[in-house]
Amino acid sequence: MSGLSFPSAPVAGGPADIRTNPFRPDFPLLASDEGLAFLDSAATAQRPACVLEAQRRFYETMNANPLRGLYRLSVEATQAIDDARAHVARFIGAGDPDEVVFTRNTSESLNLVARSLAPTLLGPGDEVAITIMEHHSNLIPWQQVCAATGAKLVYLRPNEDFVITPEEVADKVGPRTKLVSVAHVSNVLGVENPVRAIADAAHAVGALVVVDAAQSVPHVRVDVSELGCDLMAFSAHKLMGPMGVGVLWGRRDVLESMPPFLTGGEMIDSVTETGAVWAPIPQKFEAGTQDAAGIYAFDAGLSYIEGKGRDVLEERERALASYLCARLVDVPHVDVVGPTDPAAHVGAVSFNLGDIHPHDVASLLDMDDVAIRAGHHCAQPLLAWMGIESCCRASVAFYNDAADVDRLADGLGRVWEVFHGNE
Amino acid sequence: MAMNDLYNASLMDHVSHPDYKYEMDDATSTHEGVNPSCGDDLVLQVRMGEDGRIAEAAYTGHGCAVSQASADMMSDLMVGKTPEEAIGLCRLFGEMIRGSEKDPARLEELDEASCLSSVSHMPARVKCAELAWRTLEEMLEHGDGVTTTEGEG
Repeated sequence: MSGLSFPSAPVAGGPADIRTNPFRPDFPLLASDEGLAFLDSAATAQRPACVLEAQRRFYETMNANPLRGLYRLSVEATQAIDDARAHVARFIGAGDPDEVVFTRNTSESLNLVARSLAPTLLGPGDEVAITIMEHHSNLIPWQQVCAATGAKLVYLRPNEDFVITPEEVADKVGPRTKLVSVAHVSNVLGVENPVRAIADAAHAVGALVVVDAAQSVPHVRVDVSELGCDLMAFSAHKLMGPMGVGVLWGRRDVLESMPPFLTGGEMIDSVTETGAVWAPIPQKFEAGTQDAAGIYAFDAGLSYIEGKGRDVLEERERALASYLCARLVDVPHVDVVGPTDPAAHVGAVSFNLGDIHPHDVASLLDMDDVAIRAGHHCAQPLLAWMGIESCCRASVAFYNDAADVDRLADGLGRVWEVFHGNE
Repeated sequence: MAMNDLYNASLMDHVSHPDYKYEMDDATSTHEGVNPSCGDDLVLQVRMGEDGRIAEAAYTGHGCAVSQASADMMSDLMVGKTPEEAIGLCRLFGEMIRGSEKDPARLEELDEASCLSSVSHMPARVKCAELAWRTLEEMLEHGDGVTTTEGEG
């Protein structure tokens, strides 16, 4: 379906029509738990049966340690990882599969980048720029390496419309900036940041650009060449894949210039008593046995998405996020944390319900079998900057439908009644 | 289910009309309890009587309904107790909230706070419920200061 344009309103009864749901039966957990309104896909997505079956198939028919074996099974396992690597590269518009490194998750990918680059890239007087809306996984690694090297951590802050403006970028990214690392989509505010503009400004001063794409790759088409970044991290488990598989994509010359993060088995060409020669990329960054079954299942998850049509799923998710925001804005006493413009949201909308603590809101919604997240969402500096302690977050994926969102909106009315009666 | 038991009229009454949520002028001990995972922040104050028993307990701060109601119920329960008795009750509450003490006869010692036993089925809310109790136990054992419960991500 890619390449086709879609009319502004989804075809009634078509796959992008959120009043119907042709996807739920593909997901065993959702199919077997009909009463569940799962609105926490920004934390982790559900997985379709084909992914679970692939994971099992690996262990039942292909199980061997990849890379080192010379027998049939090991060759097959190695091929499975190579195929998955090439698939991931195609999925994000990368031309070279060797630029795809498998890690455990986004956090590990970002730690790899920070730890590998810092010793040669950063020193006193240098600056690393991130945004105030980073998930802790794209914040603490930079705090740590800045503390260790004497570099300064600088925060890009959005304006009142939750937009990081060109003026803010010009103000914070300058000759001292050595690296800029930004979330493509905020896991709290649900906004998409202007990564291309930030990347261009960073490259103009010779800085490297890292993108945390954990919240964007599952919902919007991400092309690394269009984004203009040098390195990008995301997780399989928010993208139909299993938990425990992450991706670091990096431009070949950048990855080749970086020393390894973890050392040991499978990442060397040769070892002597006194030293070692690193393997070429990507193996240089893949010490130890990989989660081959997980990577193979992740490959199946990407195929599932492509089989359903990436444009269709993206259109449906935009419609769902938009509907979610619009319904929440209409619920009495709900304050949206982030833009109130429904079109500004990718996947997630955060909110508070009057003075009711988010933990109470989430516990009471759970009584109605509506699953949302409540807390600081691993973004404490953002919440502190906005002057709130915590908030609720609802997030959607294409396997949700309008009824899930309605259940949330209606449930919030009942939560209010528990605390305030019918006032 | 458990949730209906938890957000009952008794709990909501403690939230809407707390008896012990105020700042004390003549406290003999003050201890702050913080739950970083949700930003709950509680300042607990105690005035010890000349008889060596707790004469008054009160709290200020903010938090979810479970932590606020729990603090109010605890403050009520502690009046007249010796520090040793109070520490024993704090530990009993901890055992109830973590599901290791279910004997109704023992839980009766917690009076109204025993209605929070259903929190033992909600691991994410345990820290909310026990914030005040852990703060009091720390205060009685170690004096003034700040107690932080471990946080999430």
